[in-house]
Amino acid sequence: MVHDLYQEIILDHSKRPRNCHSMPDATRQADGYNPLCGDKLKLFVKVENDIVVDVSFVGSGCAISTASASLMTESLKGKTRQEALKLLEKFHELLTTDTAISQDLGKLVVFCGVRDYPARVKCATLAWHTLKSALSTEIAEPVTTE
Amino acid sequence: MSTPSNQIPAGATAGATPAFDVDKIREDFPVLKQNIHGKPLVYLDSAATAQKPFAVIDAIRRFHEVDCANIHRGVHELSQRSTAAYEETRSKARRFLNARNKNELIFVRGTTEGINLVTSSWGRKNVQEDDEIVISAMEHHSNIVPWQMLCEEKGAKLRVIPMNDRGELLMEEYQKLLNPRTRMVAVTHVSNALGTINPIKPIIDMAHAAGALTLIDGAQATPHMKVDVQALDADFYAFSGHKVFGPTGIGILYGKTKLLNAMPPYQGGGDMIKVVTFEKTTYADIPYKFEAGTPNIAGGIGLGAALDYANQLGIDRIAAYEHALLAYGTEALTQIPGLRLIGTAREKASVLSFVMEGIHPHDIGTLLDRQGIAVRTGHHCAQPVMDFFNVPATTRASLAFYNTFGEIDALVAGLHKVKEVFA
Repeated sequence: MVHDLYQEIILDHSKRPRNCHSMPDATRQADGYNPLCGDKLKLFVKVENDIVVDVSFVGSGCAISTASASLMTESLKGKTRQEALKLLEKFHELLTTDTAISQDLGKLVVFCGVRDYPARVKCATLAWHTLKSALSTEIAEPVTTE
Repeated sequence: MSTPSNQIPAGATAGATPAFDVDKIREDFPVLKQNIHGKPLVYLDSAATAQKPFAVIDAIRRFHEVDCANIHRGVHELSQRSTAAYEETRSKARRFLNARNKNELIFVRGTTEGINLVTSSWGRKNVQEDDEIVISAMEHHSNIVPWQMLCEEKGAKLRVIPMNDRGELLMEEYQKLLNPRTRMVAVTHVSNALGTINPIKPIIDMAHAAGALTLIDGAQATPHMKVDVQALDADFYAFSGHKVFGPTGIGILYGKTKLLNAMPPYQGGGDMIKVVTFEKTTYADIPYKFEAGTPNIAGGIGLGAALDYANQLGIDRIAAYEHALLAYGTEALTQIPGLRLIGTAREKASVLSFVMEGIHPHDIGTLLDRQGIAVRTGHHCAQPVMDFFNVPATTRASLAFYNTFGEIDALVAGLHKVKEVFA
């Protein structure tokens, strides 16, 4: 039952989030906020020559939003801005549609269970919405999931 | 999971409460008889909305099937029937709150609209620059934002009664806030996020002594205790139908005749007038002055059935049973390691709000839902309360008289399973 949602890898990343620290030399950063559950996230991105060379985050949230932020940071390093935004699109499709699961998602497929929990989609997408904001402007406005 | 037992444990009842047959009462609530994700539904979200008994469902159905017509001014049979049924609810609401006169009961969409009616009508006319409005630290957003909007428009000040770590208002601090500029004290009777029952009678008396009026948010109090607006001497008292086992979209605002008569209309339209010409309109008397347009007739009739139902059960018996249930739940939750109750006032009603170490409320809510247990997670429309307790959100189990001791056991077992997942 709930193991479809709380897969081992999600629980692992929620308890021990990777890249969970601030980044003084980030070239971009953005704040994400989900007013429904109070989840807050600050995302740091270092972009050099249009390549995402480093990503990190700090914040507090539920297991799904924390694991999503953690796995996102791992999957972005080395991608171009365009590739990162493409991944965001595919991730969003994974959560909100019944289409076949894209192989490009790698580890992120563990979030496929979220599509059966519509109330939790915003938890899983908070970090990604914040990423979009960070990548689209140099100094980003806070984004919310509302 | 332990075997559900619907008997009140020995020693849990206060005084000589007549037998409260919860199994029989549950038969009146069809929604409770279902499985969710393969488990019997355990509905612990009545503070958000209460479930509806057959009596309410049938009354609404009967209106649509047999009596449906617009109310007031109709000379035909159906219109007279629907008018009588709708207006009968006003009389029932008068008895429910023990108001002096049925014209003091205004139909609104719910507590929120009741408060907005007062801020728009009474507030715009009576609040001036540098006047003060007093609310409390535990208000629902619906009793914060309308006053904030009024204060912003008028250049008035919003003052807030602080609370202690148990979630009890500090009455000495309240006394200090009162002064000749205080126009209104707007406080909740029972906190939706904490369950605190506020000492509403002293709060009203102190406001009056300072020359201020009072508005009491009764949304969470009316389902759980007898309210007597005359004994309280409340100036305004608002509640929502859907929290007292009636339908959504209907509620009641009580106001003293003298105040209502002096207030301008809330909205303009049909039903709230005596004479309309293009030069001038004469408004209807209260309560109709505040009831423009075709109202929620079916909702009003459903609310009447709900108030009858609650009266038949007996509000005092409901309160005694729920008190035992809350005491049992408080004790049971306190035994869970890592669980912290948010809101531990000495006087409480029907709310168990809590956080668990290392586990976010939304994860708790989802994991309980998979076990058929419905709780609410989030800020409960009381973000300042969350800030005060320094938590982003809580999990809230809220009780009604149709809940059982066995369901509390199910909640406890469910929370142990949540802990296993995150162990």
